[in-house]
Amino acid sequence: MSVGTHTASPVGTVGKTSAPVRRGGLLRSLTRALPLAPAVVLLLLFLAGPIAYCAYIAFTDLQLTGQAQSSFVGLENFRAAFRDDAFRNAVWLTLVFTVVSSLLGQNTLGLALASLMQRASKPVRTVVGGIVITAWVLPEVVAGFLLYAFFRREGTLNAILDWLHLPTQNWMFTLPILAVSFANVWRGTAFSMLVYSAALNEIPKEITEAAEVDGAGGWRRLWHITLPMIRRSIGTNLMLNTLQTLSVFGLIWVMTRGGPGNRSQTLPLFMYEQAFQKSMIGYGTAVALLLLVVGSLFSLIYMRLLRTEV
Amino acid sequence: MAVLTRGTTLKSRPTGRGVTLKSRRTGRRLAADAGLLVVAAAFSLPLAWVVLSSLDAHADLRVKAPDGLTLSNFDAVLKPDITFTPLLNSLILCGGGTLLTVVCAALAAYPLSRFRSRLNRPFLLTILFATSLPITAIMVPVYALFVQVNLIDTMQGTIYFFAASQLPFAIWLMKNFMDGVPKELEEAAWTDGASSLQSLVRIVLPLMGPGVAVVTVFSFVMMWGNFFVPFMLLLTPDQMPASVSINEFFGNRGMVVYGQLAAFSIIYSTPVLLLYVLVARRLGGGFALGGAVKG
Repeated sequence: MSVGTHTASPVGTVGKTSAPVRRGGLLRSLTRALPLAPAVVLLLLFLAGPIAYCAYIAFTDLQLTGQAQSSFVGLENFRAAFRDDAFRNAVWLTLVFTVVSSLLGQNTLGLALASLMQRASKPVRTVVGGIVITAWVLPEVVAGFLLYAFFRREGTLNAILDWLHLPTQNWMFTLPILAVSFANVWRGTAFSMLVYSAALNEIPKEITEAAEVDGAGGWRRLWHITLPMIRRSIGTNLMLNTLQTLSVFGLIWVMTRGGPGNRSQTLPLFMYEQAFQKSMIGYGTAVALLLLVVGSLFSLIYMRLLRTEV
Repeated sequence: MAVLTRGTTLKSRPTGRGVTLKSRRTGRRLAADAGLLVVAAAFSLPLAWVVLSSLDAHADLRVKAPDGLTLSNFDAVLKPDITFTPLLNSLILCGGGTLLTVVCAALAAYPLSRFRSRLNRPFLLTILFATSLPITAIMVPVYALFVQVNLIDTMQGTIYFFAASQLPFAIWLMKNFMDGVPKELEEAAWTDGASSLQSLVRIVLPLMGPGVAVVTVFSFVMMWGNFFVPFMLLLTPDQMPASVSINEFFGNRGMVVYGQLAAFSIIYSTPVLLLYVLVARRLGGGFALGGAVKG
């Protein structure tokens, strides 16, 4: 924090005169930075600390029980992971979960809802907004229960299919990963909807109207005008959705516990199972570190997208 | 999707231009309304289940009209061990965590917003980076760390971690809100001899009341709904907040009484829904996330 005031002072000051100025400046800067201290201490102890610790124990064979001390095993955990079918399964399911629920689901549905809302009448807009946002504000675990009830064999979805004379099935058994993906769409779409509503409101009306008068149809207006104008919001939204989806735990835990078998076991659930149910903290942490690295990469891309803002 | 095709057919109708534009608008509005209502109906099914089941003595897993309205489910769950203790625990954890977050964020935002320094930018970039880290991924090492420093299974340890995990976003929001408060007002206070702390507490924070409210409510709502953090860091059942205890109540007691589960879900969700409405009313739908996300 010391430098801001110093750079402001004239460059030409040399020798004796500069020393007291600098010391006074340093003292002042330190006092000014003092309010940052509580936040910085908390962040270092409880956020940076665990991340550093994560990077350390990922390379050890630390276990939960029965072992006096852990030893450094290098990349063994990572090698074990890539040999492990269960790990590859978790990576694949995480990919499916992210693509289906975040990229295709929340993002597309959120954009569709936001653009329909631009034209809809006000009462409809209020009601729909209220319902979709309620799903988003509900606690994660509650959302899990509601969607569990919806997808169960005796649940609402099958009741409706039955009523329509369509074949029913046990969704949580046949397609557990799709059931949890749809649950995540239900829960998360409101965020995209809000982001896109804000973005669409910023497009000047004259532009769309001009295109309309020129005879550009709905799809062409969407592709050539709307999407290019909100591309920054699309990028931001995709990044945040993906990051959020990568770390979903409670929703899946409540609905399926990762099962049946491990057919809805995404990386966070795999990590939990390895670390606690199988007591392999070192191995579980190695998986966590991979997740963290992927998350950091997305986070860096997100910052690139926002780079003019800071 | 139906809407767009509908719009095109309406457009190609060969009538006078003013009329076409107007009727096209009306047609499109109706189509948009219809499309939205279909989606809303799908979204509302799970919500309808929880409301109807909570009032139904014989609730099962599907949406159906109750046999008769009853509050017996609420009566059954409104007991200390099922509802009151977990909600009190939630309140202590989330209240403590929120208080710590808001105080630290307000203090930290002040120098970041008011004084120019070469370190501001790297600090803010780090904060922004931290806002989007997947917290889920560090819970295993946090657990291991907490075991070593004896913070595992303690309320204060969980509160510290809650605060630390919300702080990046809280600082970011708070700094942006604080930038909106003009500096001139404080400069007057400074010349009158007020310290930085005094001008922060007496001048800046009152002027950004809505901003502080947003940060507070947002932090609280995030913590109230969080399942994984208390699930990992707390072990004693007596200390569990509602987000974890509901899971025990549901999963580990054999036969599930769905009506009671629904009633408990409603009781547990009500505070955050109310808080959201409170803040959203005051600031318009975007809930300041617009401000945080806007590119």
